[in-house]
Amino acid sequence: MDSTNIITIVFICTGCFLFMTGSIGLVRFPDFYARMHATGKSDTLAVFFCLFGLAIYHGFTIDSIKLFLIAVFVFIANPTGTHSICRAAFRCGIKPWVGEEEKS
Amino acid sequence: MMENFFLGAALFLCLLVLPCLYRAIVGPTIIDRMVAIGAIGTKTLVILVLMGFLYERVAMFIDISIVYALLNFISTLAAARYFEMKGDI
Repeated sequence: MDSTNIITIVFICTGCFLFMTGSIGLVRFPDFYARMHATGKSDTLAVFFCLFGLAIYHGFTIDSIKLFLIAVFVFIANPTGTHSICRAAFRCGIKPWVGEEEKS
Repeated sequence: MMENFFLGAALFLCLLVLPCLYRAIVGPTIIDRMVAIGAIGTKTLVILVLMGFLYERVAMFIDISIVYALLNFISTLAAARYFEMKGDI
């Protein structure tokens, strides 16, 4: 159990935890925007943690750099996709949830 | 030892797809379903890379996951653009 294994396990565990919170948020939140906010942010960081942990485990090779590039791309692409979906929803007239307990 | 850990992480992510599927089926509006599919897409990306480490073919699976990340992003943008033009959900 040398240090790289421990670091990899820690990174991938936090990544999986963030994926879990994103999925729970996707199910539990009452409104479209809240769900969008839950998955958009936690999935991006979870992908970064998992891929960064795997890149560390794989050492310093071309593949690790590619893994890191995927993480950077997801960091850029996911928020952009989230923004475009939210703008589309807002323009289609989905009103944000304002607090009364309505069954969605 | 690490292979078992990667297998466990991949299985855990596969289990996490089920709540997203629930939201994809129940989701009141079409865009909810799109969000759920997008969430499944990002999970599949990490599962692909984990499988690459399990099968000892890291280079091939990394290329697959790059293409998958790009396609997931472009499909999200295209669908959002379509619904924006369509105007009703």
